[in-house]
Parts: sequence; C-alpha cells; structure tokens
Amino acid sequence: MKLDSKAPEGPLKEKWSKHKKEMKLVAPNNKRKYEVIVVGTGLAGGAAAASMAELGYNVKSFCIQDSARRAHSIAAQGGINAAKNYPNDGDSIWRLFYDTIKGGDYRSRESNVYRLAEVANEIIDQAVAQGVPFAREYSGLLANRSFGGAQVSRTFYARGQTGQQLLLGAYQAMMRQVNEGGIEYHPRHEMLEVVIIDGKARGIITRDLVSGELKKWEADAVVLATGGYGNVFYLSTNAKNSNVTAAWRAHRKGALFANPCYVQVHPTCIPVSGDYQSKLTLMSESLRNDGRVWVPRKKGDDRHPNDIPDEERFYYLEEKYPSFGNLVPRDVASRNAKIVCDEGLGVGPTGLSVYLDFRDVIKRDGKDTVEAKYGNLFDMYENIAGENPYEQPMRIYPAVHYTMGGLWVDYNLMTNIPGLFATGEANFSDHGANRLGASALMQGLSDGYFVLPATIGNYLADVKPGTRYGTDHDAFVSAEKEAQDNIDKLLNINGKRTIVDFHRTLGKIVWDNIGIARNEEDLKKAIKEIQELREEFWTNVYVPGEKNNYNKYLEFAGRVADFFELAELMAKDALERKESCGCHLREEYQSEEGEAIRNDEEFSYVAAWEFKGVNGELQEELHKENLEFEFVELKQRSYK
Amino acid sequence: MKKIMSKDMTIHLKYWKQDGPDVPGHFEEYTLDTVNEHMSFLEMLDVLNEELQLEGKDPVEFDYDCREGICGSCNLVINGQAHGPKAKVACCQLHMRNYKNGDKITIEPPRAAAFPIIKDLVVDRGAFDRIIEVGGYVSVKTGSAQEANALPVEKEKSDEAFDYATCIGCGACVAACPNASASLFTGAKLAHLNKFPQGEVERSNRAIAMVDQMKEEGFGDCSNFAECEAVCPVGISISAIAEMRRDYMKALVS
Repeated sequence: MKLDSKAPEGPLKEKWSKHKKEMKLVAPNNKRKYEVIVVGTGLAGGAAAASMAELGYNVKSFCIQDSARRAHSIAAQGGINAAKNYPNDGDSIWRLFYDTIKGGDYRSRESNVYRLAEVANEIIDQAVAQGVPFAREYSGLLANRSFGGAQVSRTFYARGQTGQQLLLGAYQAMMRQVNEGGIEYHPRHEMLEVVIIDGKARGIITRDLVSGELKKWEADAVVLATGGYGNVFYLSTNAKNSNVTAAWRAHRKGALFANPCYVQVHPTCIPVSGDYQSKLTLMSESLRNDGRVWVPRKKGDDRHPNDIPDEERFYYLEEKYPSFGNLVPRDVASRNAKIVCDEGLGVGPTGLSVYLDFRDVIKRDGKDTVEAKYGNLFDMYENIAGENPYEQPMRIYPAVHYTMGGLWVDYNLMTNIPGLFATGEANFSDHGANRLGASALMQGLSDGYFVLPATIGNYLADVKPGTRYGTDHDAFVSAEKEAQDNIDKLLNINGKRTIVDFHRTLGKIVWDNIGIARNEEDLKKAIKEIQELREEFWTNVYVPGEKNNYNKYLEFAGRVADFFELAELMAKDALERKESCGCHLREEYQSEEGEAIRNDEEFSYVAAWEFKGVNGELQEELHKENLEFEFVELKQRSYK
Repeated sequence: MKKIMSKDMTIHLKYWKQDGPDVPGHFEEYTLDTVNEHMSFLEMLDVLNEELQLEGKDPVEFDYDCREGICGSCNLVINGQAHGPKAKVACCQLHMRNYKNGDKITIEPPRAAAFPIIKDLVVDRGAFDRIIEVGGYVSVKTGSAQEANALPVEKEKSDEAFDYATCIGCGACVAACPNASASLFTGAKLAHLNKFPQGEVERSNRAIAMVDQMKEEGFGDCSNFAECEAVCPVGISISAIAEMRRDYMKALVS
C-alpha cells in the first residue's frame, strides 16, 4: 500500500493557503444534500459538528456521555498555545511550528504542523468571540503564560480550567445548531462499527446505551473524533469512559493505525495510593513554572520534607538541565522521575513519587499570588492527598496522559478509507513522538473549527449529492450482525473474573513493559502475556446484566476487549521501532548519560499498521510513510 | 511497592435500585468492610459492584466519567445531600476520609420530575441541554470572529464571568431545591455571557428563551431557599438568579 500524505507542494508558509485555493468546493445549495456523521463531542468533534452545520451540511452527532458537554476535553487544565506574540517576546508562527516539530522529536509532518501553528491564532479569536473567559490583564487585554518546554509566553488560559471553557464554547456552538436544525444530536450512543460500501465509509452502527438497541445510520462521510487510547493502561488521567473502540473497530475494517507506541506520560500527577484506585489525577504542569522538583539525596531519608536542608535535596532537573530546569518537556521530566525512583530516592509511602515544592515561590511572591495562580489545583491536591501544599511539598508521579498515535490520516485528515476522517487525539497527525503542553486543545480545535470543515468539502464534491444505498443494504446488515454477535458472545461467557479485574491486569502489563521505558525482552514478554490474558478474557470474563437495558458493564466489556488487541499492537510497534524518540525510550538506544538516541536514517517514518486478523496472535502488516524534512534541520533534542 | 497501611472501615450502604422510569424502585442494603480512607466515594461504589458481581448479584448503575470534579457526570444524593457532606466538591472528589468506621450511608439519585430515572442512580438530564439549545451561547459562526484583543474586557468582569462559567452542569442545584428549580444552572449561563460585550447583543432574547424553556421542562420556580448555592460543587453564587430575574422582567417590558 502506498501512503500518500497529500501534503501540498511549495513553500511551507503557502501550503495551507494554496491548498485552500485548490480544493474543490460544494455549492451552498448542494451542502444540504449531504449527511455527515460526527462521532464524539470533545473539542475536535464538537467544533467540527458545529462548524459543518453552520456551513449547511446535515450533521448527525453522537457521544457516549449523557451530554456533549462532558467529553474528556473538559478536563484539560493548563491552556492553549497560539503565536499571537502579544507579550512581544519574539514569538512567531514559525517558532510555534518549530517548537512543535522539535518537541515531537521530528516524527511528524512539516506540512501538518505548520498549518496547526498557522491556524492557532484564529482559534483564540473564535473562542473569545464565543465568550470564553480567558485570563486577562488589568488593561482588559488577554494574558499569556509560559508553559512546559516553551521559552516564550504563548499560552492562553482560563484559570486551571481552559479545556472546560473551550469545550463549553464548542458545545454551545453545537447546541445552537441543534436548535437551528443543522445537527441531529444523539447522546448516550456508542459507535460499534463503521459501514463501508464500495470501499467508502457510508455509515455507522451504534448502540443506544439506554435501550440497548442497535441502530444503523447512513451518511456521505463519517468523522471519528473519539479521543485517545490512554485507558489501555487502566490507570491514566483519562476519563473512565474514554476508549479506543470507535477507532479500533475502524482499524479492524481497514483503517490504518499509526504510531500506536507513542504514548505521553505526564510528569505531574497525584501518585497511586492502592488497588482500588480507578484513575489518576493530573496536576497541571503549569505548576512546574513555579514549583521545584526534588528528592532527598540520601536513600531512605524519611525526614519530613520541610526538615531536609537545601544541600541535602537533589533538584535533579535543575542540576541535569540547567537551561530548562524544571521546564523540560514532559517526556524528559517523566523519565527522570522514574530514574530517581528506580534508584531508590523516591518519597512517600510507596516510594513512587517525587516532591514538587512551592516553598521558594511562596517566599518570593507571597501566598496570595500563588493562590491566585494555582488555588484550584492546590485545593484539588489537598482534597485527594490529604496534605496542604502551601505548607509542605506536593508529591507527584508520572501517569499516562495523552496518546500521540491514532488513526493514520492524510493532510485532509482523511484515513486511507475514503470518506472516513479522524480528528483530534483520535488521529496521529501533529504531535510526532511527543506532544508539547497546551497543544492538545490547539490541535483539537484547529481540526474541528478550521481544517476539517474545509477539507471535507474537497471529498464530498466528488460524491454525487443524494447518493443513498439504504440501511437495508448488505453492508449495514452484516455490520449490525457483527456488533450483535460480539455483544452476545460477551454476555454468554459467564466466567468467574470481573471486567475490571481483567482491565487492571492488562493495564499493569502495559504500564510495566510499554510505559516510560521499553526494551526488547520486556516487549516480547508483554506480547505473550497479553495474548494469554486475552485468551482467558474470552473464556472467563463475567459480564453482568442484559443487553436490552442500560448496562455500563457491558459497554466496558466491549471496550476492554478492544484494548486487548490494541495493547498487542502497541508492543509490536514499540518492538519494531529500534530507536529512542520523544516519549518512546528504548533502553537499548540511549547514551551513557541516559539520553535518547534517535535514528533518523532508518526510522524517520510513520509506522502505519494494517489489521489482518486475530488468531491467538494479532496479525498486522506494517506500512511506512517516510517523513521528509525540507524546512527544518534535524537535531538531537537537547535541553541541557 | 510498599503497601500503605491504613485501617479498613466498615460502611453500611443503602442504595436505590430501579429498572426504568416507569417501574417502582426500592432500596437495597449492603455492608462493605474493606473501605479505605483514600478511596473516593465512587471508588467505594466500584468496590461494592465488584463484590456484588462476584456474588452473582446485579451491580448498581451510576453516572461518572472524569472523576476529577469537572465533567459533571456524577450527581449522587448522599444521606439527603447532593454530592454529600463536603462543601464545594462533586461526589467523585469526596473521599472516604470524610466518613468513619460503622457509618450508615444512603445513596439516591437526584429526584426531579425533569430528570427521569434511567436506571438505579442514573437520570436523564437532557433538559439541561435543551435549556442551552434555545439560547445559551453567543451566535457567532466559525470564522467570523474579530481579532481577539480588539475588544478589551475589564479583568474584574472577565473574572466574574468565569465564576459563573465554571458551572459543570451536574444538576445538584435541582436535586437540592425544594421546588426542583433549575434557576441556578440557567442563571449561571446568563450571568456568564452577560458579563462580556460579545454576549450583550442577545441578552434579552437569551433570558426569555432560556427561562421559558426551563419552565417548559418542568423545573419549578425559585423561592430563595439558597439550597442550590450550598450544594454547588463549584460554588456558584445565587446572585446569578437575581440577575436572571431582573433580565427576564426587563426583557418582558422592553
């Protein structure tokens, strides 16, 4: 299979405008003849549904939550990047582009990343016009802050709830279109299959999560905006309902899955306290702007942190990376936390945490200033951990947070299946092997508000308006049967182990072997363990309740089944990539100082996997999209 | 990993079971003796459901998603209090250290005619979406926005707008109100958008549309009990309701 990125030729700066000029358009009177399905209502899905309905398309929107306002984008805390250069600190679209592609360790497309940086400014305009309450200066103008890994202040924020405010903006725009009749809105519906006719995506099968009924929906294009797959780890900062099912079922139908091994581990989360733990809570990394990360120099130093004098504290990030210090990118910060804990310097009851200390900033700026900046985060920490961060350091540890991998898409955000698009975290496109802070919101909204609404027209212009096969078509009937059979199979196993028990066990295999650091031996062991556990799952899982009723456990059973297959693909992908890049650290490929060694000669490609079946073992064929760099010079990342 | 040593608590649970909107429900009881102070309230329910399943019993359904207090999915009424005893947190952020060994806890869904029960503790809050649908936005199309800094907004006003915009749409206000009114929810959205020049244009129409829809959905009126403010997990002030009433009256006579 030849993978064509469809990236336009020409100078970087002109690619997107040239592409917009050259794309086919759908006439206004024809737009209403097209049906577009959007699955997911986070930033990417909500913004796309609203914007396409505004253009005149008939949109059908689906989400698994009880309301579009609850998608996991809502939990993003820190902010959203844009190169407005309001602080006059030397920022530019080029610099945002460059930081993003460098931050991704040169494993993303130049064309996509430049477009992202270019479009970002418009997102801020759009959000402000919607009434998003971004932080402002006393002048009444918008405030900015510096954020994880950036040396300019380009992050716009709304206290620690930027994701919430941006999502509500997109949600409200969506609800306006529901009112105007442009969007048919279906909350509490889960997509179980994509329907493909003559090689093109023509619809989906959903399960109504209240009645249990399977439903068939026909459309001219299908957009998957269904988020990332971090919950394969069981414990992650993702919401409990976040899952890979829509993307994975599309993968099983032929959509390529790209770079599944690129998983971002966020350095500042509240540590695990016990087996009952259901999720991990992230503390925004904006905290690293003012907090200092340290562990005691002496192993087993069990003094209260406030009693340990400065000279006996190991401020490891400041010492190892003097120019970036506590603001090194997420992967570097996470890896170093793991290293010090592996060396036995970790703190807290489990030994799996490090201190994040605000003593010095409180002394310098006063408690009030710190409270104004981080008050809600400090309260959240105290509530969960039972310790007051104004009086003693927080304890933090890395946790899975974001997945850069996802469905392979071209420059138009279309998968290799014509008519099937993927946006936001569900695609693989813009962050390479590592995502910079405050860039997820930027990408979700860029895809949703500005890119997809333009590129989908280019596809639809070639689809005859009003093409309808009817949901009695064989492809719909057989896809519905597949979904039904899968549900019946799960309910009929009647085994002895609970779904959560399987998921927790799978998550531990994935975290231990496909987590912060990987090596060949562990990856091979993980593949075997995943296969064995998957086998047991299909013979020994217990799924309670019925199919024709609200049944959360049945929903979860299907999602865990898909995670089992994805987990194996992640291990395969990590095994195949014999280099260290971004968040993917292969222990065999690092310098003596423990720095990642990238191999541009052999691995400067996107790994796009094609599903070939599961027979005890997952069968996948690897396709490569070579990454060519015309405009930036590849450098070894250094934050020293 | 070193184990955290903290003593397990015994908690006596009484929770609501109901198969659907039109069938009668009832309470069931269960005693859990492995509750840990670090568990969140919802993690305690996860443990309950694991035990129920291992005994071949039907687990209890409840709504949840982010489990960090921001998505607004969870909305349990615990011992008669929406989101339980701790002020300004959603029940997913309520930790069991707020309880003691031997406590009895009763768990119910938020009860309101406008929130029909789907199953057990899960209710349908579609009415909230429909209130937003009729006017809870600034009618700006994608692409038509002006430069973000073209219109300065006083920092104080913007901060105040945030205080209302922070509503998570959980419905605790409705559950706590003796009239099952959605005034705090509706007022919060109006107050948020009214603080911005961008929201000013549609101010009157928005107030009329949203308030009328609230009545249409079967929510009661506000009688100033202020129970809503007391249970709101993000601390939204009832001054939103006063503002909403002023706007509504003004809009009617203008």
